[in-house]
Amino acid sequence: MTAQQQMTYLFSGIFGLLVVATAAGAVLRMRTPGGAGSPTIDNLNARIKAWWVIVAFVGLAFLLGKTGMILLFGYISFTCLREFVSLTYTRRGDHHALALGFFVFLPLQYYLIHIEWYGLFSILIPVYAFLFMPIFEALAADTTRFLERAAKVQWALMICVYCISHVPALLTLPIPGFEGRNALLIAFLVLVVQLSDVFQYVWGKLLGKHKVSPNISPSKTMEGLVGGVATSTLIGAGLWWITPFSPLQAGAIALAINLMGFFGGFVLSAIKRDRGVKDWGSLIEGHGGMLDRLDSISFSAPIFFHIVRYWWVPD
Amino acid sequence: MWLEKLCAGVICGLAELLTGARAIWRDNKPLARQRIYFGNHTSHGDFVLIWSALPSTLRARTRPVAGADYWDKPGLRGFLIKRVFRGVLIDRTHGDKQHDPLLVMKQALAGGDSLILFPEGTRNMGEGLLRFRAGIYHLAENFPEVELVPVWLENLGRAMPKGSLIPLPLLCTLTFGPVLKFQPGETREAFLDRLRSALLQLAPPHQ
Repeated sequence: MTAQQQMTYLFSGIFGLLVVATAAGAVLRMRTPGGAGSPTIDNLNARIKAWWVIVAFVGLAFLLGKTGMILLFGYISFTCLREFVSLTYTRRGDHHALALGFFVFLPLQYYLIHIEWYGLFSILIPVYAFLFMPIFEALAADTTRFLERAAKVQWALMICVYCISHVPALLTLPIPGFEGRNALLIAFLVLVVQLSDVFQYVWGKLLGKHKVSPNISPSKTMEGLVGGVATSTLIGAGLWWITPFSPLQAGAIALAINLMGFFGGFVLSAIKRDRGVKDWGSLIEGHGGMLDRLDSISFSAPIFFHIVRYWWVPD
Repeated sequence: MWLEKLCAGVICGLAELLTGARAIWRDNKPLARQRIYFGNHTSHGDFVLIWSALPSTLRARTRPVAGADYWDKPGLRGFLIKRVFRGVLIDRTHGDKQHDPLLVMKQALAGGDSLILFPEGTRNMGEGLLRFRAGIYHLAENFPEVELVPVWLENLGRAMPKGSLIPLPLLCTLTFGPVLKFQPGETREAFLDRLRSALLQLAPPHQ
């Protein structure tokens, strides 16, 4: 099968899934007495509608190739960083460090991925941003809660730029026998992790009883977690034909990124609770902000990248 | 007339694009009643955001109160404040009693317009709220039927702090609080305190 054919099958499958979901949402809505009204069903339908838009954007990026993918994820990083910093307490002394993050480190990170300079894009934010941003903050001479503020700015950049940029960075990995197909790795990662979120939501709504941690996330249940991770691990194994992995390997990798994805949502929920908000923003109807949709990807992308790089890319 | 309308459209579009401004109406609605919107003052762009957050029918009858020293300049700035925003310009520089700044605001209220003003009087570089100036008390006393609406602006001062050349693309929110009214017999201090704490209540927790 050529990469083109694999991509066609994959997107046809996603299209079919969305059609089924939309139809199911419409049926649920009609069967509710009095037409509309149930907030759960309205939210479900809003989410499905947003999925159409998300799939259209991702599909377009696939058509535009590497540049399209880098622009799409650069935009996603920008939006996430904007949401993150908007909700984080900073002071005037952080202004230059934040401007550096938005206007220098973010574009530079994606540029380095574009020119495939692994040696620098893998350390740009953990080393250079980590050292230079606190220098600018210290130059502003405001010591109030200095360490906390420096840590927050670094965290924002790590999660929203560094971690998320590992999705398009998958395009830079030279895998023998898989040349020209790396975009399918992005499809695998995004599909498996997002489906895990969807199935955790669905299983949680259907069977959820025992909350994982009511303090952090009132909607995450043990039943949803186990059901969602198991379902999307099976789907990941079933998608082995678009990857360089065997079915067993694909399943094991899917399990790893599903667990990381779950904890990504979990950790970012802890930050939201600390800030007293439910969502990171209001960009995507039914989902909240961009970061609400990307939290799981941000934790799973670097791990996925390094698993593939360690075992599938020869030295 | 079309030029002013075009400018208003462009400014509102830009304000939303750059600041992602989101208006939240808490126990209140954008109704066509005569009102004084009062907010926390952190940036020169403050009234632009409040003004753009109102529906266009209300916007046409709502005038921002602005400092003549900054805005009353020939060219674009003067055109915007006089023709597009229809601002009520007050002279803050010389304190001679000849130019009563309250007079122009009273005229605007007597004409049936709503006002946007910032009772702190000056841009607040720190957190929280400065003391309120007495002007809003005199306006409310003279026009007790006018509704007072607190508006908390979050993040605009952080996106565009005074003296900084590079704005940050932060998301701003405007929280419109419930209507307050002048209560006859209330002292000036009590009135200003009541308004100030109503505005502070709309602020998100700062930790």
